[in-house]
Amino acid sequence: MLSLCLYFHVHQPYRVKRYRVFDVGVDHEYFNDGSETDLNNSRILNKVAVKSYIPTNKLLLHLLNTHPEFRFAFSFSGVFLSQIEREFPELLQSFQDLVKTGRVELLADTYYHSLAFFHSLPEFERQVRQHRWLLERLFGQVPTVFRNTELSYNNDLAQWADKNGYMGIMAEGWDPILQWRSPNFVYNPKDCKNTRLLLKNYRLSDDVAFRFGQRSWAGWPLTAPKYVQWVNSHHGNGQTVNLFMDYETFGEHQWEDTGIFHFLAALPNEFLKHGDNTFKTPTETICDYEPVGEIDVPYTLTWADTERDLSAWTGNNIQQAALREIYALEKDILATKDIRLIEDWRRLQTSDHFYYMCTKYFSDGDVHKYFNPYDTPYDAYIAFMNALYDVKLRVEKALAHKESAVSSQPILSPLSSV
Amino acid sequence: MFGWEFPPHNSGGLGVACEGLARALVDKSVDLLFVLPKKVSVNNDRFRFLFGNVSRKNKIYSVDTGLTPYVTAKEYLLSKRYLEGNIYGADLFSEVMRYASSVKNIIQDEVFDVIHAHDWLSFLAGVEAKRISGKPLIVHVHATGFDQAGGNAVDERVFTIEKIGFDAADRIITVSQYTKDILIKKYGVSAEKIVVVHNGVESGSYICKEENDAPMPWKRPGQKMVLFVGRLTMHKGPDYFLRAARRVIDFMPNTMFVIAGSGDMEFQIIRQAADLGIAQNVFFAGFARGENLRRLYESADLYVLPSVSEPFGITPLEALSVGTPVLISKQSGVSEVLAHALKVDFWDIEEMANKIIAVLRYPPLTRQLALYGNGEARNITWAKAADKCITLYNAIQKR
Repeated sequence: MLSLCLYFHVHQPYRVKRYRVFDVGVDHEYFNDGSETDLNNSRILNKVAVKSYIPTNKLLLHLLNTHPEFRFAFSFSGVFLSQIEREFPELLQSFQDLVKTGRVELLADTYYHSLAFFHSLPEFERQVRQHRWLLERLFGQVPTVFRNTELSYNNDLAQWADKNGYMGIMAEGWDPILQWRSPNFVYNPKDCKNTRLLLKNYRLSDDVAFRFGQRSWAGWPLTAPKYVQWVNSHHGNGQTVNLFMDYETFGEHQWEDTGIFHFLAALPNEFLKHGDNTFKTPTETICDYEPVGEIDVPYTLTWADTERDLSAWTGNNIQQAALREIYALEKDILATKDIRLIEDWRRLQTSDHFYYMCTKYFSDGDVHKYFNPYDTPYDAYIAFMNALYDVKLRVEKALAHKESAVSSQPILSPLSSV
Repeated sequence: MFGWEFPPHNSGGLGVACEGLARALVDKSVDLLFVLPKKVSVNNDRFRFLFGNVSRKNKIYSVDTGLTPYVTAKEYLLSKRYLEGNIYGADLFSEVMRYASSVKNIIQDEVFDVIHAHDWLSFLAGVEAKRISGKPLIVHVHATGFDQAGGNAVDERVFTIEKIGFDAADRIITVSQYTKDILIKKYGVSAEKIVVVHNGVESGSYICKEENDAPMPWKRPGQKMVLFVGRLTMHKGPDYFLRAARRVIDFMPNTMFVIAGSGDMEFQIIRQAADLGIAQNVFFAGFARGENLRRLYESADLYVLPSVSEPFGITPLEALSVGTPVLISKQSGVSEVLAHALKVDFWDIEEMANKIIAVLRYPPLTRQLALYGNGEARNITWAKAADKCITLYNAIQKR
């Protein structure tokens, strides 16, 4: 028996507009860029929806309807769902239609696609809760398997998931961690009682997500039969092949003219030709296979770059400083009890903001693989810090108001009811 | 190699660039003969100099010069009023012609394989050398007439000489893609003829300044300093610098703006500072070089290059070499080689001010730009520029 466990990650951040120092104290809208650039969040959402989300949803619904064995999982960021709920209800509906088939599992995540776990555990837990409520409200599903932002993972996170009742957690199947072991089995995370670990088969995942349209690649052109042959070669030395990738792979990272949609359309049928093959969602995979060993990840692993670490988000001084500054605000900002202010602060925690400040690709000379809606990482930092400066001013103002309100009206403070 | 000026007699980037490239070529065992239009005392024993204004048997002596490669013909005539006893010819153009006509004498006993001429002032000398010797000619463009004009109409006589040089040259070196594009667009030169060789910066004196360095005497504790270094002419954009300063001071009144340089816009700039009501924040340091210049770079919190048109722009590399972060115009060649620099369109005063304030307000930004920028500048060397030139010399000889 060999099963394919698919999860597609769907996320769009609230990008900060070119927020200048002159806007501080005047304009509190950080995410409403209206230009013809890639900082305009609605514009990007529309573009990616047309190229990727809408056609892929339609195709997946068709595949679910024609293949009763076909199933997969989505990991949605909360900020993505909140954007489509407001601006693109028909897109949300098409995702809901997929989930309604009962064969699409939803994964737990942080609402804000943040790196909060590494900076503030209480804030991390609030965001995970907020995400769970959102999935329940929009899809009527409570997630049982957790994956963290950028597939970041370490022993501490696994133990947190274990303690909080998650059946499973996801990580990169990175060779230095696995050594001689295969990613194609279920494992126990170190020192966990109940939680199981699913490891991404990054070679087979990246064949689709990164290399599919690359004409210089030896595997090009990749067809469903060829790919299924590669997957089938794991019969006898693996139980589950875990393919994790960005949902935008279909139609956005790999354009339609690469044949990516034909590939996806043919995949289930081709894979199921082998009588011993099947599809399983992450939870089914965890339930159906016994763990074969324990995996120890003492330092943080992600799915990014050849380093597979957090350096794309925390590698340089400005990234570290920005992260420090935003989490330093936690106590004061929560004390304001101002929902809009707290929401803005959390949107600024989204990992993409810090990724845009990354400078490590300069030295590789390999800037092409790196997407940045800002002219330079420094422009990203300046816009972010100016917005954060304004957030700080709002916090100070709110707290000052609160104090004066409390002292003058000790019983009924108008702000405490917000 | 035909040049026009040489340190310490230089007034700006061209002389520094010629020296840097010449030294690096000699380091790589190129047998270099450097020709200057007139005799100056040059402290250099590593390659030979020849001079256009002295008979070759004459004893070497030094002459001060009122000629710089940057003067327009008009400026040249004006400046001559202040200079006495240093008369070459009636005007800049007859000086250029005189240089060209002296070439025959200079090269008659010399053996060489390639002719390399720097900027329009020496182009005619290079063309003449090619005509006499039949050897291939490379013209090296550090600045065009359009850069000097700073948006004004280009001097037609300069344009004509440049065009003669470009047409006669076998290959053209530009100091940036930015300049290459100007040659293609404004001079109709074909792209295949042009090779970009970015300038380097003198390695030697790289130090990243300590954060707790003793404050400079002219800078009060807590006060921030933003520096401009360059000639006060249209194309260097000092007026944009001042207008950005006006915006910055609204937000950060305790900021001083230092302008180091002189030029035809000096009085206009001083007046403008007063008109903008920021005279108390703007300091004029005059033309600075050597140790004084280095101390200005070191004491600055940010160096700004607001040029309207800058073929390369070596000063940001000098600032980075002492660990001062830089904000540079996108209309500059140096922006092609620096990633760890803030960049802005020279006309976008608001954005320039926004970025100046960001550097002054967010210390992690300052630190990173300084540290990474310093590392980056170290790798922009004359040795790399010399390698590209040598490759070109070899290619051109084989044809």
